[in-house]
Amino acid sequence: MSATKTLFDKVWDSHVVHKIQDGPDVLFIDRHMVHEVTSPVAFLGIKNRSIPVMHPEKTFATADHNTPTINQHLPVADPLSANQLRMLEENANEYGISYWGLGHAKNGIVHVVGPEYGITQPGATIVCGDSHTSTHGAFGAIAFGIGTSEVEMVLATQCIMQPKPKRMRININGKMSKGVTPKDVALFIISQLTTSGATGYFVEYAGEIFRDMSMEGRMTVCNLSIEMGARGGMIAPDEKTFEYVKGREFTPKGADWDKAMAYWETLYTDADAIFDKELTFDGSLIEPMITYGTNPGMGMGISNDIPMANAVQGGATTYQKSLKYMDFNEGDSMMGKPIDFVFLGSCTNGRIEDFRAFASIVKGRKKADNVTAWLVPGSHKVESAIKEEGILDILTESGFELREPGCSACLAMNDDKVPAGKLAVSTSNRNFEGRQGPGSRTLLASPLVAAAAAVTGKVTDPRELMVELV
Amino acid sequence: MAYDKFDILTSTAVPLPIENVDTDQIIPARFLKATERVGFGDNLFRDWRYNQDNTLKEDFVLNQDKFSGKILVGGKNFGSGSSREHAAWAVYDYGFRCVVSSFFADIFRGNCLNIGVLPVQVSAEFLQKIFDAVEADPSTELEINLPEQKITLLPTGESESFDINDYKKNNMLNGFDDIDYLLNIKKDIETFAENTPL
Repeated sequence: MSATKTLFDKVWDSHVVHKIQDGPDVLFIDRHMVHEVTSPVAFLGIKNRSIPVMHPEKTFATADHNTPTINQHLPVADPLSANQLRMLEENANEYGISYWGLGHAKNGIVHVVGPEYGITQPGATIVCGDSHTSTHGAFGAIAFGIGTSEVEMVLATQCIMQPKPKRMRININGKMSKGVTPKDVALFIISQLTTSGATGYFVEYAGEIFRDMSMEGRMTVCNLSIEMGARGGMIAPDEKTFEYVKGREFTPKGADWDKAMAYWETLYTDADAIFDKELTFDGSLIEPMITYGTNPGMGMGISNDIPMANAVQGGATTYQKSLKYMDFNEGDSMMGKPIDFVFLGSCTNGRIEDFRAFASIVKGRKKADNVTAWLVPGSHKVESAIKEEGILDILTESGFELREPGCSACLAMNDDKVPAGKLAVSTSNRNFEGRQGPGSRTLLASPLVAAAAAVTGKVTDPRELMVELV
Repeated sequence: MAYDKFDILTSTAVPLPIENVDTDQIIPARFLKATERVGFGDNLFRDWRYNQDNTLKEDFVLNQDKFSGKILVGGKNFGSGSSREHAAWAVYDYGFRCVVSSFFADIFRGNCLNIGVLPVQVSAEFLQKIFDAVEADPSTELEINLPEQKITLLPTGESESFDINDYKKNNMLNGFDDIDYLLNIKKDIETFAENTPL
């Protein structure tokens, strides 16, 4: 047997309980995160079968998708949302699962709080009924989204059945240029691969550009893996990872820490390991990015023009349908397009670093009058940091308000809906038709691009505003 | 939950020749608030089926009486986006038992298999033939033969084979689900759990 393995192989293979001939692997799950939307039918399933949750201590529940982002101390007004939230609380209590509901000090978006409290660890298998579970791959974990039937499987048996994905490595060397953030790096990759270019694969991100990123930046990149079709993405853990993880509530302590470290230090791709597909890009060529269509693969450098239909991969009909929805034309420049909404937040860009970036642009400027801005921290911990670091003062001074944590306008399950026809610059992950509210139009971008749009009222290259600050 | 057995399905088809049909189109997020698996078919393709005043969008394929059947035929990269199994539930609840496309997003494909909807992946050429045939004559029937892993355009007899792993095929043929399997190996799982490092 070959001794050389990829990082992905090492973690996957060590979690296989059982292999089925011409079928999936039975994969053991170390951490299961649960939220209110994709879990009720799964809990109902185990209830109907009269089976308990096998490992409640490996299961963590938080409320995020449905929750309001103002007046969280009041009862939730929407009866359907309130019902889902109540169900999660009841299920968590019944089965002895940690529950960080609305109002709890540790409440926040599931993919933000997992790392914050050390639930997310290198070399773990992590699942959640949410496709952006790939976020946790930033720590060298195998983390991916699952459907409700699989949530039920994990509750019942702590395992799921998955065919092993193929392996892809994306190498990017070079430094991020001025005005470029991890979000831009991810949107660039997706624009190159298209929205289905990594389907069937699990991705490892390697190279200087990812090494140089903070843990928050790595989370943003891994979060967006699903947007090119990959089940997940991961980055080999390093000193930065271990430093981040150390001392958090759920991370191992004392002798257990040493034992964990002994495992974690083996988590890298061996020098001559083989990938099914390998791609390499030059990071220094990446610009601040913006999307112009209705899937995250329809993105480009902010100073470019919208491509002509005959110059893109895929069918022209679908492409033109997409531009028609956006009310854009082939060949349009994005710069200068007036916008109506700005959303800073989500599991993609709702971390402290994202608020620092946003504040760096709006500092000393004023929110444009034509813009409604929703600034939603990913968790209470992020919210506290925003206040402690003085960022809230900068935002307030510039005419912005800070809301309370949750998924919010990323998928608009609560009241944070962009009205039909309105154009939003959003730091979230999907620009699908109606994603931010029926008829809404979304431009995905980084916190810097969102900030530049928020103060100018139109699509603006953030580098223009950064020049003045030098 | 065990589901319907799937053997041979012969049906007319509903064509949706659009690429990258995402799960937010299949079932928009605002309809994910139910706590039981009922009624999702009503909101399948909600914003493509209905105007914002809830009147029908007459030109959308589900609103055209001439198209019906238990087979949904979609463009490349069907089901991209979210992991919401509600998308597969909506497809099932509306009455579809099979989705045909030239490419599926991973999670959607898995969700379909887990609830008894068969995803059938065909070549881009064969997909185009199906679209052409169904649009020219909506009474065109397709046969999906799971035991033989074969899809046939009945009027012409043109066919193509499709992939499915033996394990899932057996589940679909018998209406078994994964939890039945996992519960049978619970002892192995418990032993494994005692030796995990994290």
